[in-house]
Amino acid sequence: MAILIDQNKRVLVQGITGREGMARAKLMTEYGTQVVAGVTPGRGGERVEGVPVYDTVLEAWEQVGPLDVSVLFIPAPLVKSAALEAIDAGVKLLVIVPDRVPIYDVLSIAARAQAVGARFIGPNTLGVLSPGKAVLGMMGGRASAAKSWFIPGPVGISSRSGGITSSMAYYLAREGIGATTLVHVGGDAVVGMPHPEVLLEFERDPETQVVVMFGEIGTSQEERAADLIEAGAFTKPLIACIGGKAARQGTRFSHAGAIVEGGRGTYEGKVERLREVGATVVDSFMDLPAATKAVLAKMG
Amino acid sequence: MARLHEYQGKQQLAKEGVLTPHGAAATTPDAARAIAAEIGRPVMVKAQVWVTGRAGLGAIRKAATPDEAALIAEALLGQRIKNLTVTEVLVEEQLDIAREFYAGVIVDDRAQAPLVIFSSAGGTGIEEIAVAHPDKVARTHVDIERGFLDYQARDLVRRTGISGKLQSELGDLLVRLYQVARGCEARSAEINPLVLTAEGKLVAADCRITVDDYAVFRHPELGIEIAREYDRPPTPLEKIAYAVEAQDYRGTFYFIQMAEGFQRGEGYIGFHGAGGGGSMMSMDALLRQGFKVATFVDTSGNPPASKVYRAAKIVLAVGPIDGYFSSGSGVASQEQFYSARGFFKAFLEAQVEVPIVVRLGGNGEDRAVEILEGLNGRIPAPVEGYKKDDSPDFCVQRLATLIGEQAEKRESEKAEKRKGEKAGERSRETLYTFPGPTGTVTLDHALCATCASKVCVEACARHILALNAEGLPVLAITPEEAQKGRCVECLACEVDCLLYGAGGGHVDLPIAGLDA
Repeated sequence: MAILIDQNKRVLVQGITGREGMARAKLMTEYGTQVVAGVTPGRGGERVEGVPVYDTVLEAWEQVGPLDVSVLFIPAPLVKSAALEAIDAGVKLLVIVPDRVPIYDVLSIAARAQAVGARFIGPNTLGVLSPGKAVLGMMGGRASAAKSWFIPGPVGISSRSGGITSSMAYYLAREGIGATTLVHVGGDAVVGMPHPEVLLEFERDPETQVVVMFGEIGTSQEERAADLIEAGAFTKPLIACIGGKAARQGTRFSHAGAIVEGGRGTYEGKVERLREVGATVVDSFMDLPAATKAVLAKMG
Repeated sequence: MARLHEYQGKQQLAKEGVLTPHGAAATTPDAARAIAAEIGRPVMVKAQVWVTGRAGLGAIRKAATPDEAALIAEALLGQRIKNLTVTEVLVEEQLDIAREFYAGVIVDDRAQAPLVIFSSAGGTGIEEIAVAHPDKVARTHVDIERGFLDYQARDLVRRTGISGKLQSELGDLLVRLYQVARGCEARSAEINPLVLTAEGKLVAADCRITVDDYAVFRHPELGIEIAREYDRPPTPLEKIAYAVEAQDYRGTFYFIQMAEGFQRGEGYIGFHGAGGGGSMMSMDALLRQGFKVATFVDTSGNPPASKVYRAAKIVLAVGPIDGYFSSGSGVASQEQFYSARGFFKAFLEAQVEVPIVVRLGGNGEDRAVEILEGLNGRIPAPVEGYKKDDSPDFCVQRLATLIGEQAEKRESEKAEKRKGEKAGERSRETLYTFPGPTGTVTLDHALCATCASKVCVEACARHILALNAEGLPVLAITPEEAQKGRCVECLACEVDCLLYGAGGGHVDLPIAGLDA
C-alpha cells in the first residue's frame, strides 16, 4: 500500500499545455500515473502526450469520468481560481506545485477545501511519489531516474524541503531501505497538508512501519507532530532531522507571531519537543540512513 | 516579508477610518521643523526603521518646539540603528494617554485562517503580558469568506472584561484593522499601543504591517521596492537580483548578499544553492570547513538555464571571492544540465580565475558534469563537477584543496593573464537572430555552414530549430512563438554548440543594472 497516490488513482493535470504541465504530464505517465485528462481554458480539444485537453474541470469530469486527483501547474496568481474550480467540481485531492501563491489565496482554498472535505498538498511542493506505483508533481524528474533512485519498502517520508525529499529517499535506498510514499508537504508558511496530517495518513497505512521526517525552522508543524505522538494518535517510530540550525537569527516575528507561537518554531524547541516524546532526532541529514536502519533492525 | 514603515502603515489605517496622530514623515530637519510648526503643539520624532524597542534605543524622542524637532531630526537622520540607516523620521502630535491596548491580525498556519488578537493591556512587553495575564488577551479566527463581523469583534473585546461604549468602539476599530490587513494582504498587522486618549478617542499610536511577499505584485499602491525581508536596506546587487526574479516567473531565484568590502584570501566563497533545505545543508558544509559565505543564493524549482546564468553573473559581481561553490540537495528532480549550461556561460564570460566546485547530482547529472567540466582549459580557473553520490562535505574539501593549490601556483608563477575566448567580429549578413522571452538568440550561419554536428537542432529543449534548405539551423516556429515562451532559453544553442559544434551560437541575456 501507499498513501495519497497509487497507480489506480485517476489524475487530472491543470495547466497541461504550459511548459511544466506538458513536460510533467509526460513524466508522470511514464512513471505509471494514470493521467486521464488535462485542462487549460481556451485549449479544449487539443491533446498533450495523448491526453485529452478540456476547457474546464467539469467538462473533463463529464467526458472522462471521475477524477481523484488534480495536479496544478499554473502561474501563481491564477492558482486560487483553478484550485477552487477543481474543488467545486468534486476533486478531493489537489497537488499545488507552483511557488509564490499569495497567502490569502491559500486561505481561501483551505476554507473551501475544509468545507467540502477536500485536501491539498502544497503550494510550493515538488509533489508525492509512491515508489513503483505513481507520482504526482515534479518529484524524481525523469521516470527512468525516479525508478532507479526510489524503491518500495517500509518507510514513509515527509519533508518540508523538496530536494531533501528525493535525496532522503535516495540515500535510504542506497542502504537498501525502500519507501511506501514520499511526500513533500510544501515550502510555504501555510500548506494544505502539514507534517501532522501526513503522519496520520502513514499511521493508517499498514505497510508503513516507520516515518522519516525532515523539518525546518518556523511554523509549528514539527511540534504538532510531537503532540500527535504524545496523544497516542501516531504510534510508529519517527526519525527526524531539522534543518536551519545555522540560519540567521535576527529576523524576528512580529509581536503577534510571538504571542501565537509562544516559543514554538525554533530549532532547539523542535528538537527538544520531538526527543521528549521519544522520536529519534539526528543532528546531520547524512545520519538519517544509519539511524533509520538501526530503528528498523530493532523492530526485527 | 515586505514590511511597511510605521507612517506607511498608519496611512493604510487612516484610509480605513482609524484615527492616527496628526503628523507626517520628513527626510530633512527643515521638513521636520515645518511639520512640527504646522501641528502647533509638542511632538514626537520617531525614526522610521524596522526595529523593535525603538524608544529604548533613543529612536523615539519628544520635542517641545519646532526647533527642537529639527535638532532631533538632524541627530536621527543618517544615524545607524542596528543595521539600518535612518532616512526618514515621523513627526507627529504627542498624545495624552489614558490607557493602552494591543490589537493585531496574523495569518495562523495551524488553523489556515487569519487570527485576530486583542489585549486589554498594551505597550511594550506585550509578549510577557500575554504569558503573565492570559485573561487580558483574547483571540479569534476569521472565516476568510465571511470576513470579520462586528459582533465577533465586540465579543472578542468583551472577553477581556471591557464593556459599554468602549467595547463598541474597540470592536469597530478591530473590524477596520482586519480590513486593512485583508486589503493589503498582510501576514501580520498590529497596533501597539492602541491608545485611549484623555479626550476619550481611540488612536493608533504605532503601526506595524508586514505584507505577504507573494501578494506584493497586486499592491503597487504600497510602493514596496523589494518584496523580501531584510534586516538592512537591500544592496545594489540585491536590487538587480530582485529585478531578474520579478521579471521571470519560471523557477525561483533568491539572492542575499552576506558580505561586502572583503578581500581575496579572506576565505569568502560565492555560495549558490538549489532548494531551501539542500542549500542550507550545503552552506553548513562550507561553514564547517571554515569558509565564509559572500552570497546565499537559491535557484530551484526548475528554473531555465538563463536564470541560473543571470544568478551566477550576479554572484560573481559580489567581490573578490576565493572560490565558487554550488550545491543543492544532491538528488535534483530537475534536469541538471540546464543549470550546468547557465553556469558554463556565466563562468566563461567572466573568465573566472578562482576555483569552482559544483555539485550537480540529480536528473541528467552525467551530461551536466560533462558540460561543466568542458570549461577546463577555457577559463583560468579549475572546475570540478560532482554527482549525487558525492556528499557536500566532500565537495567542500575539494574546493579547499583547489584553493590551496591555486594559492601556491600564484606564489611561484605570476599568474599569466589569459585572453577570454571572445568571438571575433561577426559579419552581419550571416547572422540569424530571433527573440527569446528574456534575451536574443543569434546563430552565425557562416560558422553553422562549417558545423558537422548541428548539435543545436537536437539539443534544443523544445526542438524549435530545424535545418533549412541550405542545411543551416533556423526557427521551425514563428519568432513570436519563440518570444512568447516556446524558446525556453535552455542555452543549448550556445553552450552545446561551443562544446560539440562550431561555436556559432550566442544568446544575449541582459541583466538590467549589471551590464556596464
